Amino acid sequence: MKAFIGGIAAIIVIAVGAAIVLDSMGFSSQDQFTSEHGSVRLGDG
Amino acid sequence: MRSDRLADRISGAARLMFAVCVLTFTIMATMAAVSSADAQSSVRPPASGDTGFSDPSVAGQVPGNALGATSDSELWRAVKSGTAGNVSIPDKNAGMLVQYEGQIWREIHNGMVPLYGAWAILGMIVLLAIFFALIGRLRIDDGPAGITITRFSALERAGHWMTAGSFVLLALTGLNILYGRSVIIPVIGLDAYAAIAQWGKYIHNYVAFAFIAGLIFIFFHWALHNIPSRSDIVWLLKGGGIFVKSVHPPARKFNAGQKIVFWLTIFGGISVALSGWALLFPFTTSLMTWFMEIMQTVGLDVPAWLGLPDPPYSGVVEQQMNQIWHAVMSLFLTTVIIAHIYIGSLGMEGAFDAMGSGEVDLNWAREHHSLWVEELEQELDEDAAKHGGSSVQPAE
Repeated sequence: MKAFIGGIAAIIVIAVGAAIVLDSMGFSSQDQFTSEHGSVRLGDG
Repeated sequence: MRSDRLADRISGAARLMFAVCVLTFTIMATMAAVSSADAQSSVRPPASGDTGFSDPSVAGQVPGNALGATSDSELWRAVKSGTAGNVSIPDKNAGMLVQYEGQIWREIHNGMVPLYGAWAILGMIVLLAIFFALIGRLRIDDGPAGITITRFSALERAGHWMTAGSFVLLALTGLNILYGRSVIIPVIGLDAYAAIAQWGKYIHNYVAFAFIAGLIFIFFHWALHNIPSRSDIVWLLKGGGIFVKSVHPPARKFNAGQKIVFWLTIFGGISVALSGWALLFPFTTSLMTWFMEIMQTVGLDVPAWLGLPDPPYSGVVEQQMNQIWHAVMSLFLTTVIIAHIYIGSLGMEGAFDAMGSGEVDLNWAREHHSLWVEELEQELDEDAAKHGGSSVQPAE
């Protein structure tokens, strides 16, 4: 039981750690699709 | 031991009823999955063929009295075929308004993947239910010896549960992405599902790192024990002894079946982790281009086998291929792990103790891992010879 709880605790620690690290790096998988504005020009121009 | 007593109470008739219940659930779930595949492909013109435009070919005039210029059919034909333009925003992928290969991706993603994935997972559940109904729980032939030996240390078990727990969370949240629309939304509604899906995404993105850590852990702890050996061939030829009573092919710490699951988990896990990384950080990798080029270099024309163009691939195509590969490998691993969970719990008496308490019954160990027990006894004999003690000591 202790080993099971230890394994689950490790998941929580690593997942929360990953979230904190990625957040500090400004990670968001949606950033590059939603936060920009500009124009689209078709053709060669 | 409590699980043993519970299983003892399950009679043959009860096992049959259990199998029928699983079968019924499976058929219903398969129907839901099939309807999911159909529902997700529902963007079609009306059956009458009437698109609401009276005459779309009237001298380039935009239908519907819309504001703007006339319709440039050549331009839009080019857009539809995937011609890319230039954009002033940093995301240069936005220059392609319509990506032609996306239609192929959509057909696979919305059709084949959920359909065959459901068949695989539910098919495995049905197979296991039939196996359980016909053969029942695999017992210790000689009964429990009452003497236990240590099979896995607390650290090994914690590493196993970290990998297993993270995999289950990833599988559930991944299945929610694939099937939630058709299976969960009709039950709990859109609003509740939106909350579940959002938190599921967070869990999937971040717990993935725990799964990667688990993979590294189990690789360094068990890889040496999982190197194939000659005894594995005998084990496989005898079907692991599960189909014939009192037949127990010799095995070391891990038998051939466990080794197969181990290497599938390692290589499948690495594959899922890499494709997941590519999805988490879109347009930052060229995994598929890299993999296909290596395959072609060694003489394996994988792109041709799969009907794909030769590499390199554009960023969007990379993402689409990663997404399909991630889903297919995850469904495959889920199917394998369902069988692993069954045989490690309900399917075999005494098996769960290995990862529960870490202590397994000596008779169980002699039947399923005889060579490992012999190695342990030899080590104990050598220790006993050095220290003048008894060779086998009960653990509890």
